[in-house]
Amino acid sequence: MNVLTPANLRRIGNQRRLVTGLVITVVIALMAIVGPWLAPYGENDIVGKPFTHQGSWLGTDYLGQDVWSRVLDGGGSILLISVLATLLGMVVGIMIGVVAAYIGGWLDEGIMRLNDVALAFPQILLALLVLTAVDQPSWWMIVLLVGISHAPRVARVSRGVALGIVSRDYVTSAEALGESRLRVILAEVLPNMNAPLLAEAGLRLTYSIGMVAGIGFLGFATNPGAADWGQMINENRLALLVQPWGVLAPVIVIGIFTVGTNLMADGIAQLAGRGD
Amino acid sequence: MTLTEEDVEAGCTVSGLRVALTGRGLDVVDEINLELRPGEVVGLVGESGSGKTTAGTALLAYARRGAFIERGTVAFEGVDVLALPWEQMREIRGMKIAYVPQDPGAALNPAIRIGRQIVELLELHGIGTAEERLAKARAGLLEVGLPDDDEFLARYPHQLSGGQVQRVALAMAFLPRPKVLVLDEPTTGLDVTTQGMVLQTVGELCRSHRVAALYVTHDLAVVATIADRVAVMYAGRIIELGPRDAMFRHPAHPYTRALLDAIPHLSRARALTGIPGRTPGPGRRPSGCRFNDRCEYVEDRCRDTEPPDVQVGPDHTAKCLRVGEIGSWDINRGNTTDTDPATSRDIILSVEDLRVFYGHKEVVHGVSFDVAKAEVVALVGESGSGKTTISRCVGGLHKQWTGELTFEGRPLGKGSRSRVSEDRKRIQYIFQNPYLSLNPRLTIQQIVSRPMELFGLAKGSQARDRVVELLEAVALGPTVLNLQTNRLSGGERQRVAIARALAAEPDLLVCDEITSALDVSVQGSIVALLENLRKTRQISMLFVTHNLALVRSIAARVQVLNAGELVESGFVVEVLDTPKHEYTKRLLSNSPTVA
Repeated sequence: MNVLTPANLRRIGNQRRLVTGLVITVVIALMAIVGPWLAPYGENDIVGKPFTHQGSWLGTDYLGQDVWSRVLDGGGSILLISVLATLLGMVVGIMIGVVAAYIGGWLDEGIMRLNDVALAFPQILLALLVLTAVDQPSWWMIVLLVGISHAPRVARVSRGVALGIVSRDYVTSAEALGESRLRVILAEVLPNMNAPLLAEAGLRLTYSIGMVAGIGFLGFATNPGAADWGQMINENRLALLVQPWGVLAPVIVIGIFTVGTNLMADGIAQLAGRGD
Repeated sequence: MTLTEEDVEAGCTVSGLRVALTGRGLDVVDEINLELRPGEVVGLVGESGSGKTTAGTALLAYARRGAFIERGTVAFEGVDVLALPWEQMREIRGMKIAYVPQDPGAALNPAIRIGRQIVELLELHGIGTAEERLAKARAGLLEVGLPDDDEFLARYPHQLSGGQVQRVALAMAFLPRPKVLVLDEPTTGLDVTTQGMVLQTVGELCRSHRVAALYVTHDLAVVATIADRVAVMYAGRIIELGPRDAMFRHPAHPYTRALLDAIPHLSRARALTGIPGRTPGPGRRPSGCRFNDRCEYVEDRCRDTEPPDVQVGPDHTAKCLRVGEIGSWDINRGNTTDTDPATSRDIILSVEDLRVFYGHKEVVHGVSFDVAKAEVVALVGESGSGKTTISRCVGGLHKQWTGELTFEGRPLGKGSRSRVSEDRKRIQYIFQNPYLSLNPRLTIQQIVSRPMELFGLAKGSQARDRVVELLEAVALGPTVLNLQTNRLSGGERQRVAIARALAAEPDLLVCDEITSALDVSVQGSIVALLENLRKTRQISMLFVTHNLALVRSIAARVQVLNAGELVESGFVVEVLDTPKHEYTKRLLSNSPTVA
């Protein structure tokens, strides 16, 4: 089973939405990864007076650090945390959703009603609750909190997709042969959920970035001194009218990245909608 | 047939029609010449992909998205319908040239009452006053054999049965008194008794109202029942056209003959044969005669020369270069004998007092029968008779039942998970729809080798060799090994499903309507394949079907089911030739057949 056949690549190439999204996502990700080496100044170097146009082209921030350097420096952690959180949320959510759909009956009912309760709880509130309780949040805590808050939403979607698949004859056929339940899920059900789940993952990544940036903005970043897109918005908001770039630069980067991942998710969904 | 001037006026003549795919210029149908005469039903038969529906809707100057009518004329009342501007065409559609779709449920608005929908149709065309419209609606319903009281008019479409919905659609098609009627598989999906009634209604209405009807279908038996003339389509051409009796007694084209060889008869058991290969779609059709790559009489010139229409009898033409050279054809070709009721039977599966439930509802009420070694037992009945339900219990797919299922002396567990591995291996279930029963993500090799791995029959390269062997046994060959199922046609997929079942080396195959989603020529070859497997591997089969003619050709014994009860059972020759129960008689008399 090879996904990257020439025919498939051509089909992906014909999807302008998907290609645009992919390019944007890759460019921003690259910027976050190699940014620290390209930055003209260190992330904590004082290059001039606060909120002036000294330093490189985007001016200085509230401590007189270079905004452009901090934008280049501050992406890595936020993207890494977002991607990990998305992965965690997807895995947990898919497990819950697929198991509920496959087992069915009262167990399905029970799981999904509990899931509804979890859904009713605002995503960011749980994160804030835990983060305010601990002294110094470490990065894995943010991954865990953001990931867990995604799980109920992913579970809903994956249960819906799986419901349409568990009733198909090839699943029944595997059951009749006496395949183990785990194998039925892994070999018969999951591979047929690829496309909608990929689209969902793209959407979740978008939300993750928003949430991680939001947590940073609210001051719960793991390292208060380090550059972080979310935290930068908070740090520089007082001078929005005097030196707007301290806020605008991270906002624009986050915005573009979100648009990119969303376009990608949409493109995958469209491709899947046309039939695999 | 002599035509009066009035008749010529009223009919409809299609000539030189060509419908092509937008942009690519490939033809979907081409060179369609067809005359529809008043009061006459012309059956347009073809397998899937032959272009029959495209040809049918072109009469209404309609082509589906992605296709367009490239050239040709449809002469109707002295004008060419295809050349009319759409405003005028709209006047004609439904009023003078009407269309009855395959799925009438989709054509009726579920939120509007039946009476209102019929009246609305007349309003749309501005016919009569309010009272007249209502009176007409009632008269229309009476014509198709439905009640015309207020209670019926006030029903919603979901409160009618499938046959009633189809007859409402017919009533609506006939109400504006059209001159030409295109019926697109209107009885597909209906039970035989309902189908019988609908066919009779269509025939009577067309004849009494002098309507020129085109009946599009894949079912030769239906055509034999209703049509006056028959046109056979293959790969976008009408390859043979003639009066019904001539077509069924003296078919001239090799394709028509092969089709007739593939269909089962109700009165005789036959050794069915399929047509090798598959119907080529637009762009894959060979040059010269379109049938040359599958024809048993092919010569070199068939590959270069496109055959013209050759007159083979009065009103009877065929597009074949070799007409007259290929001998005559006999409808009794391939007849065999029924299984002798005196044969001794070595029982391997017995079903005792089987009662099946869905929730608290009992749907099968105490059914008992048995299956012997190397014997095919058919379960026959209409939808809702419980035939598939029983087969699912035997296959271990449905758990809510009581009674005794005994396989080789051992009682069988309820669901597959409560059965021992040996029983799961020896009873294999084949599903109705091959498009749903194979995992689209796996390759054919993975699908077919899985049961071997699971039951520990073969592994690795040994399993691969066995897969190749099995694929050859089902006439597929090793070229498909690494393909996914989306590259295969319906018939090929069903062969893969059969190969998967055989991989477990079963003693009993439970076949649930396994040919009903397939074309007749494919059905013929699948039936031949099963018969061969039964003889060579001594496999027993429980064969679920609604098609009595098919039962005659494949089964030794038959169990007739009605509403969850067994009404008659016995050897096929006894049940079909001397039916005792009223229900069996009714089924038999309504089953369309060519002989």
